[in-house]
Amino acid sequence: MKRLCLTVIGLYLMLLHAFSQSAPADTASFKPRKLKLDEINFVSSYYTQNGDHSAIQGGIGSEKVTDLANGIELKFIAYDPLRRKNTLTAGIGLDHHTAASQAWVSKTGASRTGGTRIYPSLQWERENEQKGTRFGLGASYSSEYNYHSIGLQTDLGLKTKHNGEFGLKLSAYFDQVKLIRPSEFNTTDTITNTSGGTTSYTTASGRTVTLSAGGTYVSDGETSIPSSPRNTYTASLSFNQIINTRLQGALLLDVVAQNGYLGLPFHRVYFKDGADSVENLPSTRFKLPVGLRLNYFLGDRVVLRSYYRFYTDDWGIRSHTASLEVPIKLTPFFSISPFYRYYTQTPSKYFAPYETHTESQTYYTSNYALAAFSSQFFGADIRLSPPDGIAHTHLATLELRYGHYTQSTDLVSDVISLNLTFK
Amino acid sequence: MYRLQISLTALLFAAGACTPVKEYQKNRLNDSEMSLSSRKVEKNEANFQSYREGSSGANGGKTGGGCGCN
Repeated sequence: MKRLCLTVIGLYLMLLHAFSQSAPADTASFKPRKLKLDEINFVSSYYTQNGDHSAIQGGIGSEKVTDLANGIELKFIAYDPLRRKNTLTAGIGLDHHTAASQAWVSKTGASRTGGTRIYPSLQWERENEQKGTRFGLGASYSSEYNYHSIGLQTDLGLKTKHNGEFGLKLSAYFDQVKLIRPSEFNTTDTITNTSGGTTSYTTASGRTVTLSAGGTYVSDGETSIPSSPRNTYTASLSFNQIINTRLQGALLLDVVAQNGYLGLPFHRVYFKDGADSVENLPSTRFKLPVGLRLNYFLGDRVVLRSYYRFYTDDWGIRSHTASLEVPIKLTPFFSISPFYRYYTQTPSKYFAPYETHTESQTYYTSNYALAAFSSQFFGADIRLSPPDGIAHTHLATLELRYGHYTQSTDLVSDVISLNLTFK
Repeated sequence: MYRLQISLTALLFAAGACTPVKEYQKNRLNDSEMSLSSRKVEKNEANFQSYREGSSGANGGKTGGGCGCN
């Protein structure tokens, strides 16, 4: 009996050896690879919006906006002598918008209604595939006529032995908001001190000047408009986990602290008595969003991409976001993905509609982004990604996406985006 | 807040119940549609949502910078 058992075990081991994949000797010597262009991504979007709760007019008036955004991103990859993968990503984006409400920064509706934003970025990441670790550094810049932003970030990643990965990203944004105020607050451009002593005055641009007796200040145009800082610090923690051969998920937590000028200087507020002012918001804000993403491969052709986020902050907003996207793979390289997103939020304690605030309040705004509302966003995404390129060219992926957005505040918008990936 | 704590605890237990998955069993998980990050084509959608709504973050995207003035 013992001999029989040993024979069966021996046969089993022989079979196992016969079907097992023996590791071939690594004869190919590893050669470091110099930095080489791996991928080019082009993303273009057209956004259009309409509504009647413009923050510039204190919660009334047209919110008509159009925005054309174009961005290009170049991804370079190199392997160093220690077999670490180095990825360098350089990108630049250019947006042009028109906004009907912007005309009303001037009381007469004569302000310019368009603007351009440019935003370059650079990111480097080193990944040690053997150890399952990664480390990255990044910098970004964004500039438009009334707003400048410098962003810095670093991120770390560590894979676990059980198909999981911890991630930590620290980022900081140092912004400057130009204090362009509604024109009715630009009382004069020339100030003369006739009071006989030293006196401080607020200029048309919001600058404070101190004039001695008989002194005169003359505004030197838009260049003299002062700016105010706004800083944002974020720690983003993530944990990705493969749960089984069809299901994987990610838990995401951001801790966000902001300080500085957190309103916008041209957002009006009309009080109950009809007087107007500029929104006034606290100089600090703490945000805590927690998200969960779960993706499930159903059968051979359908993927369920689900996402839920809970958000809370110290301005009184609490929100829930839930979304589901269902990519249907018509072929292994062509998919159509309908999606739906539902969002609901409570109001900020500083929000009230047009002519509702009282002047005795310390903080006030009529910006409807801080109101109570719910929104729905739905649409579809088409993705084509054949293994040897579209029509055998370097164009590896073509993705077209359309979404329609409605808010219970009557804001309606549409966005269409195109992503082309060249390899 | 209690609900959040309960959900996180449940999630930790669920993570402990994961099935071991070998490299050769990851063909579905490695499909581009299964990616746990947002798609590149969604970038501008995330931008306008963060400006039109009072909350943002926990989606792997940026959480600051830019004006959204209009």
